[in-house]
Amino acid sequence: MKTQINVKEKLGLDTIKIHEEKHISVDQMVCKSCKGRYCLHVCPAQVYTLNKENLVVLDLDGCLECGTCLIACTPKSISWEYPRGGFGVQFKCG
Amino acid sequence: MDKFEVIIVGGGLAGLAAAYTLASDGLEVLIVERGDYCGAKNVTGGRLYLNPIRQLLPDIWEEAPLERHVCQEKITMMTDTSSTTMTFATQAFREKPYHSYTILRANFDNWFADKVSEAGGVIITKNKVDDLIMENGKVIGIKAGEDELGADVVLAADGVMSVIAEKAGLRKPHVPQGFAVAIKEVIELAPRIIEDRFNLNDGEGAANVFMGSISKGMFGGGFLYTNRNSVSLGLVVKISDLLHKEPAIDMPQLFEDFKNRPEINTLIQGGDSIEYSAHVIPEGGMEGVPQLFGDGILVSGDAAGFALNAGLTVRGMEFAVASGVLAAKAIKNARENNDFSKQSLSYYKKLLEDSFVLKDLATFKNAPMFLDNPRLYNVYPNIVSDVLEKVMFIGADPKRKLSATAVREMRSKFRFSMIKDVFGVFKL
Repeated sequence: MKTQINVKEKLGLDTIKIHEEKHISVDQMVCKSCKGRYCLHVCPAQVYTLNKENLVVLDLDGCLECGTCLIACTPKSISWEYPRGGFGVQFKCG
Repeated sequence: MDKFEVIIVGGGLAGLAAAYTLASDGLEVLIVERGDYCGAKNVTGGRLYLNPIRQLLPDIWEEAPLERHVCQEKITMMTDTSSTTMTFATQAFREKPYHSYTILRANFDNWFADKVSEAGGVIITKNKVDDLIMENGKVIGIKAGEDELGADVVLAADGVMSVIAEKAGLRKPHVPQGFAVAIKEVIELAPRIIEDRFNLNDGEGAANVFMGSISKGMFGGGFLYTNRNSVSLGLVVKISDLLHKEPAIDMPQLFEDFKNRPEINTLIQGGDSIEYSAHVIPEGGMEGVPQLFGDGILVSGDAAGFALNAGLTVRGMEFAVASGVLAAKAIKNARENNDFSKQSLSYYKKLLEDSFVLKDLATFKNAPMFLDNPRLYNVYPNIVSDVLEKVMFIGADPKRKLSATAVREMRSKFRFSMIKDVFGVFKL
């Protein structure tokens, strides 16, 4: 049943207004010691990925602002707030 | 510091319903919304059950941008290779006033915001409330960027992640056990195609919930709602169930696999995806309800955990509307007594307890526990499917009697722990 997806393409359907200010950050020290790395697979927008050094890196441009990562990050590495007013995702259907 | 009588954080259903009620009664009310417009940040499955709230906001439903009234309820149980669907339709669903409607929140909330403005409420969009202003433990206003605004009372209607309720010390940080993540895609289809595919008349809608192997034994399931020119297709999984999986289950991939099931594909083929969204859903039921009032502050809607997943029905939006209206009532009462203390605002909880909001949450207080059972998502759909497959599939060999087939399947799959599940049903 596996079918490959391109989440970036799906995010391209949405209007997302990007602000240079980052609204989510991670504590790399905590991330390093986290075995679960739940953020990598729970996020609907695939904001979190691993780089070559095995560090968690964020691509916030597609963030759907659901908050799942904050709840799923039980090691408490994630600092999270909503983007600045008037920025971020703007749904036309919702 | 400029001051309003009431400041509402968040222009979603709870905030808008409260503002509409307050502004209609002449109170000075301000909504601060962080999206470009009300509804820009909101997502529903979704369907609104109108009966519980029709009387709370009379007269405005006739002109509301509702999509389709739901005339068909479908429940589909899925295994990896099969599915069983039950369709329920009744004349009652086809009679006015209609029982439930599909909606799209960007349209609906934006329309509702216009009604609030017409009633005299002020709405500021593109502004995020960052913090509360406190004085001697009492909330006396909000901070939004550089701006500070005072209020007799603040209503936290800022959604499931409610930063405001947490800042006010009314709720604890969220735990994975109490919440689910939902992914939704809106797929555009011509109204005629929707009506043909779902056996509907003009304007009628269908709601379909899916459970079984699509959530891989995890608490969750899929949904499909027909809108006027589109269908909303989504998948929900409890966040705690997504953790500690070996190998890890990727949520966007799980949704895509669901979408590509032949049962779903035939319903959406030819349609264009026009939006991809995600949202967190409160799944804690009564357990997830925080402290609802404090000095100078009330909490409503998703921020208050007002959602009810009873398995076959999933509700939230009418709880949001009702809690907003009841918060407005409590605020009016506090204003008459010129007392916005915790004690005075506790009237809000009394109103909620007397309404369907806390009554229904209390009635279904065992639902979260009942739904937290992997057998619901793997064993039972498999039993149903295996019995039906053995009955329906005509092979080369002579067939056994129906009763023998059913008994054999049940026996081979029966586990002692299932007796507990049967008693669980009676607690619902």
